[in-house]
Amino acid sequence: MKDICFSYAGSPPVLDRLEFRFYQGDRLGLMGPNGSGKTTLFHIIMGLLKPSSGTIEIFGRPVRGEKDYRRIRQRIGLLFQDADDQLFSPTVLEDVAFGPLNAGKSQKEATDISFNVLERLGLSGFEERITCKLSGGEKRLVSLATVLAMEPEILILDEPTTGLDESTKKKIIEVLSDLDLSCIMISHEIDFLAETTSFIYTMEKGKIRMDEDLHAHRHFHAHPHGTTPHEHK
Amino acid sequence: MIQEPFAYGSSLIHRIDPRTRVIFATAYAFVVALSSRFPALLMALFISFILTGLACLDMREMAKRTLLVNGLILFFWLVLPITFRGEALFQLGPLVVTRPGVLLSARITLKSNAILLAFMSLVATMSIATMGQALHRLKVPAKMVHLLLLTYRYVFVIEQEFQRLARAARIRGFQPGTNIHTYRTYAYLLGMLFVRASARADRVHQAMLCRGFRGRFYCLKEFSMSRIDWIWSGFMTALISFLAIMEWTKIIY
Repeated sequence: MKDICFSYAGSPPVLDRLEFRFYQGDRLGLMGPNGSGKTTLFHIIMGLLKPSSGTIEIFGRPVRGEKDYRRIRQRIGLLFQDADDQLFSPTVLEDVAFGPLNAGKSQKEATDISFNVLERLGLSGFEERITCKLSGGEKRLVSLATVLAMEPEILILDEPTTGLDESTKKKIIEVLSDLDLSCIMISHEIDFLAETTSFIYTMEKGKIRMDEDLHAHRHFHAHPHGTTPHEHK
Repeated sequence: MIQEPFAYGSSLIHRIDPRTRVIFATAYAFVVALSSRFPALLMALFISFILTGLACLDMREMAKRTLLVNGLILFFWLVLPITFRGEALFQLGPLVVTRPGVLLSARITLKSNAILLAFMSLVATMSIATMGQALHRLKVPAKMVHLLLLTYRYVFVIEQEFQRLARAARIRGFQPGTNIHTYRTYAYLLGMLFVRASARADRVHQAMLCRGFRGRFYCLKEFSMSRIDWIWSGFMTALISFLAIMEWTKIIY
């Protein structure tokens, strides 16, 4: 991506001549204050928003119109911030199978893929559950399943762990570490990014800071825990 | 917000193909709604009661729902007998209660209860998701089916958003009263709800585009007719024909 500018009507530019490179196999974390344009960047990558200027090249080919993006969307999976945006079908199975069906798979193939993905995420038996009656953590895992079912080459995740409890978070970390996919992740949790990604970039003032001296490292820290003995993992 | 107290169960009716249940509930409702002779209507009410028995409906939930509808019907009883013209039955002070008015009220009562009970036992015994799938397989236009399913899906989300807004107002000491401040606050709440619903719709559409949506929805559920479904279909056809014969011919009664 080169020289990308973007602004919402009536406000200062969110992205200002942003430059961004991403290669196959990279696992990248993206941090930055609220409103720094992280989500906007993702939506531009997926072609949901049009930049006011700049050029975008994905998979080695320039992308311009809706037609190019249709092709791209089959190969890049975006996980939305709010799972309620992603799950719209009445049952879990139908939601997970929606992507594969759109990609032209037969019903049998789509169902098989869905069962597989759900099993991999430890969601076997959820197929006939009603999506709006799932808990927050279940919804997030099912939306991850809907994205993975499309068998994308690149995964982009918008705050995948926000608002989740420790055990669901752990599960998502497990799933993401097992995947052999390139991915970009937005998160405010540096611990999460340190565990799942190899680089962490920050976004500021509409640009991405790619300086390599900024990286996560392990360190000791103190915290109140009274006199109860406890373990650090 | 939407509770489905009857949707899950293991009764005879729950096990029957949802498609046939939708078809027969509709056919039954038409016949009953078009009937006007009392023997047929009484028979229909009787059949409906049997159906609720077959569906093993929870009596309390059933009573709650029928009371709601009959509360509305009570108004018909208050108004129709004294406003309808015809042969006077008796006089109540300055008001004349007419025979056709009473008969009409009775018909409305019988019809609504018969149809209500039949729908409770045949249609309310499937989840809305299943109903959508059944309608889809019955070749109801896909747009209508998905309008129903998406409404069902997002009514919960919109309710949550409303609760969030209402809570935000309440914790800052908002107490509804009969004054401009209250009306203005409610107008803001409602306006905000529309704005959020529209933003939500945009995001859902974006999420669908990301998964390659091209204006087509898919339904994965397949239904198949088993022997019990065929027997049931024969039985329902016979019952409905019987009602029609009672109403429109003079063979019985």
